[in-house]
Amino acid sequence: MTFTKTSEGKSHAGSKIDRRSWKLPIAFAIVSLISGVLFVGFAEDAPTGFNLSTGSDLFQLPVVHLPALATGVVVTILTALIAVGSAFMISQDRAVPKWIPIVGAILALTGFLTWAAADETLRVPELLAGSLVLAVPLVFGALGGVISERVGVVNIAIEAQLLAGAFVSAVVGTLTGSAFAGLFAAAVAGMLVSFLLSVFAIKYLVNQIIVGVVINVLVSGLTGFLYSTWLTDNPEQLNNPEGFSTLSIPLLSGIPIIGPVLFQQTLIVYLLYVIVAAVAFALYRTRWGLRLRAVGEHPKAADTVGINVTLTRFWNVALAGAIAGLGGAFITLSQTGQFGKDVTAGAGFIALAAVIFGRWDPIKATLAALLFGFASNLQNALSVVGSPVPSEFMLMLPYVVTIIAVAGLVGKSRPPAASGTPYIKG
Amino acid sequence: MSEPTPQKPEDQKPEDQKPEDLKAEQGAVTETATNSETNQDTVRWTNAFREIASGNALLSLLAVVLAILIGGVLIAFTDSDVQETAGYFFARPGDFFAAIGSAVGGAYLALFQGSIYDFRRDDFLSAIKPLTQTLVFATPLIAAGLGVAIAFRVGLFNIGGRGQIIVGAAFAGYASFAWDLPIVIHVTVAVIMGIIGGALWGAIAGLLKARTGAHEVIVTIMLNYVAYYLISFLLRTDLLKNPGSNNPKTPPAAESAVLQPIFGDGFKLHWGFVLVVAATVVAWWLIDRSSLGFKFRAVGLNPHAARVAGVKVERIYIYVMLIAGGYAGLAASTEVLGTTTSGFTSGVDAGIGFDAITVALLGRSTPWGTFAAGLLFGAFKAGGFTMQASQGIPIDIVLVVQSLIVLFIAAPPLVRAVFRLPQPGARAKKVVS
Repeated sequence: MTFTKTSEGKSHAGSKIDRRSWKLPIAFAIVSLISGVLFVGFAEDAPTGFNLSTGSDLFQLPVVHLPALATGVVVTILTALIAVGSAFMISQDRAVPKWIPIVGAILALTGFLTWAAADETLRVPELLAGSLVLAVPLVFGALGGVISERVGVVNIAIEAQLLAGAFVSAVVGTLTGSAFAGLFAAAVAGMLVSFLLSVFAIKYLVNQIIVGVVINVLVSGLTGFLYSTWLTDNPEQLNNPEGFSTLSIPLLSGIPIIGPVLFQQTLIVYLLYVIVAAVAFALYRTRWGLRLRAVGEHPKAADTVGINVTLTRFWNVALAGAIAGLGGAFITLSQTGQFGKDVTAGAGFIALAAVIFGRWDPIKATLAALLFGFASNLQNALSVVGSPVPSEFMLMLPYVVTIIAVAGLVGKSRPPAASGTPYIKG
Repeated sequence: MSEPTPQKPEDQKPEDQKPEDLKAEQGAVTETATNSETNQDTVRWTNAFREIASGNALLSLLAVVLAILIGGVLIAFTDSDVQETAGYFFARPGDFFAAIGSAVGGAYLALFQGSIYDFRRDDFLSAIKPLTQTLVFATPLIAAGLGVAIAFRVGLFNIGGRGQIIVGAAFAGYASFAWDLPIVIHVTVAVIMGIIGGALWGAIAGLLKARTGAHEVIVTIMLNYVAYYLISFLLRTDLLKNPGSNNPKTPPAAESAVLQPIFGDGFKLHWGFVLVVAATVVAWWLIDRSSLGFKFRAVGLNPHAARVAGVKVERIYIYVMLIAGGYAGLAASTEVLGTTTSGFTSGVDAGIGFDAITVALLGRSTPWGTFAAGLLFGAFKAGGFTMQASQGIPIDIVLVVQSLIVLFIAAPPLVRAVFRLPQPGARAKKVVS
């Protein structure tokens, strides 16, 4: 599936006009405008507290107080400066440094938080830790999506893989009384869903998007059916898995802000760090990664040098399913504590969005998933302190951000060339 | 392949094979100058058998049979009586098979009684009532399925049925309770408002695809969620919420805006079904007869070639998403103005948006195929509720059977292998659907 299918239409037009992109200054002009109206015009003249420490830190950071109105004014001016500055640079045909949009985004976020939580105190470590917990299944799912799409198989079935993992880990975790067994079974379940995807997409050459969509329905129906017939009759013996307990890493967990966020987590989260690092390294630095990418970009060339395209796709899609299945296990073993009907609640689709937002790169997709987790959790945190933004709009944010991202505001996202294309030898 | 090919090459196979078959038959005829009569018959019979076996109708039927069989295995597997009798299977295997028979037979009997004809009733009118119930469930499925199917023909995968239905429902619902219009005009305006709402929401995806190349699969999935949260918000405001209540639910539609029952108050079947039949005719005309539909199909088969031939491909993307969204909006209109007129919540879509995809796939993206598939899934839905109520079998089994049907239909070689039908040469392997 080519995600930028109509780009050829644009390049036709692009050959006669200049190729300078004005998206960045326009975006920041809009941000500045919103900031001026909301953060200044509708600001409460009260300070916002940012609590940066928790009790378990090695040393305590003071609570930072930002005056809401003044912060709004500063953010408006600075983002306006970024808009003007980047517009100037583009008109001079100079490249805008990469740190500028990042700084601008942090500014806009600070302005927003200060405005939304005026006269209250935000507990930053809790906000971030909650974001990470919400993001973990998304990261697992996104990694599964990256591997699968990089090898040339579109994975719309991430949702099904998460759901299968969540269901199986609940049942196996309860039956065996071991969280590890549940985790392992979840990986196997995700892999089985992948086998189904592979059989239809690779062997029977059915359109991969169709298979993905249908598998999502199938797994949702299957787990829903088994849940209603088995698990609800007997929740104690079938749907009461042992969860993982929190493991604090000595010393590291005492660092303010990042300690409680990153190093006071369950085993699955530490496993996630390892998997993200391993995939990111192996995809670009090992023979496995090179072959995988070759098959996804140009299967014919890969076949010519003796790589078995079908088998490479089959096993890597299976691996992708196993990783996504672990994300499902996290949902039941750490988040909800038990399986419920459609417990994943569309996490697989957000993971898919993270894959595209992260431009099919493991690290960027991970960051995108973290961003989506943050946006979801921000809604929780702001509803506690009483935010002026209706919670529905906060919940909408990841999806709107993805649409903007896919529409190309953050640059052209180019999928692996052969993603979605079945390979027929000969 | 990079885009879902709407017209599967499979469709053309019978024609492709004709020359060969003819040749074979001619060969057979010339040969039989010396051969015996029986041999000629065998050749002819083999040819006929091959033609039927490679045809779509038989394969679709077998796919449905296979899916229903697997559904039966699932039902038997989870039935408590079956599990009990399996415990003493070797002592009295008869009990085990009887338990399976009663579980599976009871389930599918309930499915039939709930969807087509309830022969336990005395008079014909109440016995046929389940069939009208099937048509009620089929109404939005067909409309939304047509939306997906039309987009398919342009090579666009419209997963946004859910969002388009939600926005369409909001538009139609608002027109139905907030405006005060004369009797026939009100319902017409409300239906059209629903179509406009869905069309606008669909057009966002088309516009973004045309202007920026954003992939419609991602955009429509995301727009589904945006629409859901948008209506959740609006249901808390006075715009859509019933002023007299605290529930996030709209007021009931005004009587003048309701699609009236066709056969009187005893039956739920309303004029929405007639609208949907008309919409199917329009879709058929649009795709197969109009010049716009010709461009649609041209873009769907090969956007590059269509561009060279002078079709403004970007514009086609916007038009088709407008129309596809409009069909989903029609589905929403029939729902909120015909089926559940007592007001709706943010769950108004009730899975129709996703079911529509399977309906369109099963109907192979042709208008009448989609119509038939919508009827089938409507029957599954109507019967599924009866099955859940009378046999205690969760309605999720219907989802399983439906998705299996689509999977099997998409992979003809698999169905042929299962039923040991001849594979039509090596070419079957190159089927890209």
